Amino acid sequence: MAEMDEIQEMFFDECGELLEGLANGLRQMDQPGYDKETVHAVFRAVHSIKGGAAAFGLNDLVTFAHRFETVLDLLRSDRLEADPALMSIMHRSSDCLADLVTAARQSSEPDHAQREALLTELDRIMADGGDDDAIEFTPMVIDIGALDGEDPQPGLAGQAGFNIHFIPDGDLYRSGNEPAALFLALAKLGEAEIRVDSDFVPPLSDWSEDQPQLRWTIVLHTDCPADEIAEIFEFVEDCCELHVTPLTAEPDGPPEPDEISDSAPGDIPEPAQINPPEPAQTDSAKPSRPAAPGGDSGATIRVSLARVDRLMNMIGELVIKEAMLAQVIQTAGMSEDPDVLAGLDAIGQLAGDIQESVMAIRAQPLKLVFQRMHRIVREAADATGKQVSLITVGEETEVDKTMIERLIDPLTHMIRNSVDHGLEDGETRQARGKPAEGRITLSAAHRSGRVQIEVSDDGGGINRPKVREIAEERGLIAPGASLNPAEIDQLLFMPGFSSKTEVSALSGRGVGLDVVRREIMDLGGRVMIHSEIGQGTTFSIALPLTLAVLEGMLIQLCGETMVLPINAVQETMRANPSILHGVGQDGRLLSNRGDLIPIIDLAGEFGLRDSPATIEGGVLIVIEADNQKRSALLVDGIIDQRQVVIKSLEENYGHVPGVSAATILGDGKIALIIDPEEVVRTSSGDHDRAVPAAAAQG
Amino acid sequence: MTIRILAIDDSPTIRALVAKALRGAGFEVVLASDGVSGIESLQEAQPDLIITDINMPRMDGFRVIETVRADDRYSDVPILVLTTESGADLKARARRAGATAWIVKPFKDARLIAIINRVLGR
Amino acid sequence: MLQSMSHNTVGKSDVVAFKLAEQDFCIDIGLVREIRGWSPTTTLPHAPDYVKGVINLRGSVVTVVDLSARLGFGATTPSQRHVVIIAMHEERVVGLLADLVSDIVTVNDGSIQPVPDIALTHAREFITGMITFDDGQILRKIDLSQVLPIAREETA
Repeated sequence: MAEMDEIQEMFFDECGELLEGLANGLRQMDQPGYDKETVHAVFRAVHSIKGGAAAFGLNDLVTFAHRFETVLDLLRSDRLEADPALMSIMHRSSDCLADLVTAARQSSEPDHAQREALLTELDRIMADGGDDDAIEFTPMVIDIGALDGEDPQPGLAGQAGFNIHFIPDGDLYRSGNEPAALFLALAKLGEAEIRVDSDFVPPLSDWSEDQPQLRWTIVLHTDCPADEIAEIFEFVEDCCELHVTPLTAEPDGPPEPDEISDSAPGDIPEPAQINPPEPAQTDSAKPSRPAAPGGDSGATIRVSLARVDRLMNMIGELVIKEAMLAQVIQTAGMSEDPDVLAGLDAIGQLAGDIQESVMAIRAQPLKLVFQRMHRIVREAADATGKQVSLITVGEETEVDKTMIERLIDPLTHMIRNSVDHGLEDGETRQARGKPAEGRITLSAAHRSGRVQIEVSDDGGGINRPKVREIAEERGLIAPGASLNPAEIDQLLFMPGFSSKTEVSALSGRGVGLDVVRREIMDLGGRVMIHSEIGQGTTFSIALPLTLAVLEGMLIQLCGETMVLPINAVQETMRANPSILHGVGQDGRLLSNRGDLIPIIDLAGEFGLRDSPATIEGGVLIVIEADNQKRSALLVDGIIDQRQVVIKSLEENYGHVPGVSAATILGDGKIALIIDPEEVVRTSSGDHDRAVPAAAAQG
Repeated sequence: MTIRILAIDDSPTIRALVAKALRGAGFEVVLASDGVSGIESLQEAQPDLIITDINMPRMDGFRVIETVRADDRYSDVPILVLTTESGADLKARARRAGATAWIVKPFKDARLIAIINRVLGR
Repeated sequence: MLQSMSHNTVGKSDVVAFKLAEQDFCIDIGLVREIRGWSPTTTLPHAPDYVKGVINLRGSVVTVVDLSARLGFGATTPSQRHVVIIAMHEERVVGLLADLVSDIVTVNDGSIQPVPDIALTHAREFITGMITFDDGQILRKIDLSQVLPIAREETA
């Protein structure tokens, strides 16, 4: 059943998109005067989840989606009004539906209490909505036996069977049905004798295409119950006259209406009479017109990430080959030829364009992450008893797909942090002349080749004296250390720091902003804080556009070229003796802005040379690694700064201490990408951890 | 001759389930993700049978049926409605529009195939 | 191309024969992806001494193992004449540095003999069998899974 599993996986993916559309649509419905089509789109989303869930027997999901959908149906038929109280339940139902999908996907147990409570609420709403005709829903259809299984016994004379009188009208033919097909289906139930009665066929002059006048009588010898015959005619029963009588009763007698004959009475078929009465039109049956704004996008195909990566690899290779070719041409003395130059140039341009296009395939809008945050805000607001609104800006900003998934945790935590610690409670806000409802803005934009994401609140700003006091209390800084405001703000990112004495139910899950910072660093980004007393706090995250590419500083070390991620680099300087201090036997420290920074001999760390290098003449790169600890890496020289494509080293080899990955340089050679965090962690300079870490510049 | 079926549904899951069932029974399958693209693919697909959902964005199933029936080239092609809905008024409406049969989702593969074979007279 | 010839007839298989420290070795041809000339490698910090470093193979990072050093014959000083046999073991790609590739030989599976106890001491653990020929030549068959580098083997 691998295919079924695959389709089920596809279903869960689809649920993700549907739930996103659902949450989005419900938010639009919070606004008065929303587009009516939004309700249809919301209804369709829940409806599709129900349909799929039923196919996989996910009963919890089906049951909940069905009731949710019923209420939405009342909404779309204007029998209910989207007032804030109802919308709150709709939002919570949407969250609950999302939880049920997650539970189904992970085969875990959902939160029954929450669901039961919501189901009760939904039932109450249905009752209030005067709902006497909620959507009729058949969870599972009748199992079909005779039609696709064993061959039915051919009927024998005298055996049970049915006499069937069948008079189709024009609609039957117009709906693509064919009497012959129906007879064939009947014949599969047993032995059928079919007779056509042409007595009612008018002379050709009176013939009307719209009014077929052929009638049939079928004698069917079968063991099958009457329902199976009814099922064959189920959908056409309104566009034909049908009389089914058991054979034993009156084999040749006139047709008598019975329980499965539901056509208009009377023997003479007048099409006008036979046509079913116009059913009362309800709004629920109204076709949904054009899609919700932004509801559907262009056509898409699903491609595995591995394929895109392979393409990316080949393009990287193309770029390298192109550079090599240019070099060969130059060596051959042909670089003066304008045709050769133009050709090379065009290839270079093309290769660059292709590379960009492939990177765009991996890119996805941040929308997915941003929309999740509405729920986080809602829950955080409930937990803290604060009123909070979330504004999102720049949801369409695109970042690498793999990055999107890894942004969810850090952003969730930052949002919770903002609600919990950033915003004041309603009373305090009003006392300060602010609206009681706090506001959090989540924004994203592309800025000079990077993605900038900001989480800002309009709260009271960072209480710096308090932060300082806590940091001193916990031994994170020396008492009385001289720190500027930005440095105090940075203390929030230190491990073990929590600005509330009591562990908050919300943010206090043993996760601090230090973890957020680490997660962002792992994505090749960095976090900055900006805070103004009384005005609020803004956390800014700067991320590379893709995880496949890294902005690196190319350094020279013992004849090897290596790459240092630029996001770790603070500053670089010549190793001038005046700024160096000896410590003990061979320990050396760099004096920089009042701090003493340990120097790490990178070549020694990597075992590239045995004797300690002479520092003088080398270049020192000050990096900010884990825990704001600064270190200076000693290298032979700095070559360049550029974007490099990241290649896995672990795939074919394994982990190399102090190295995160590799890249391929323009000449086709491999350069290793240094993992600054790990170099600092494993370096012998570890022993000065006790030295109070001075906060770094933002 | 292979029988070609055009299946229109906005849910990729349902499309996959329908495709699996139909291909397993030896039918050729063309998929469309909404009414508009379903109608657009008629010309190229030249289906022997159409399966359509009712609730879909852009163009719903009723209009799909009406549009197909209004085109002389496809007015005889059987149209099977495959939907989670089972209200009598909706069924009647679909039939008036020209639907050939109605199947309620979730469906069993065997039942879907049986009904297809029935409307095709196989 | 090459790998499809691995088993041409029942009971027979093709091997790539190569030289290493004046001795003849071979590897199952099905494991060999290609044979390249030597090109300078990028050194891997903290790597075992038999790991020459990594090279770029059409966009992938491939480790080059100095087979001579791995088998205990001493480190090779590679030159233009040396070859790198690119082989694949399960999903891992590895380059094997050898002196030269001599031939592709079809061997009868029956002519593969177990390694004698006394022979080759250290190298024994990397050899799965010995193939003898009528002219007295001996091919030692390499066990690729054993020669693969283990990262941090000596630093852990």
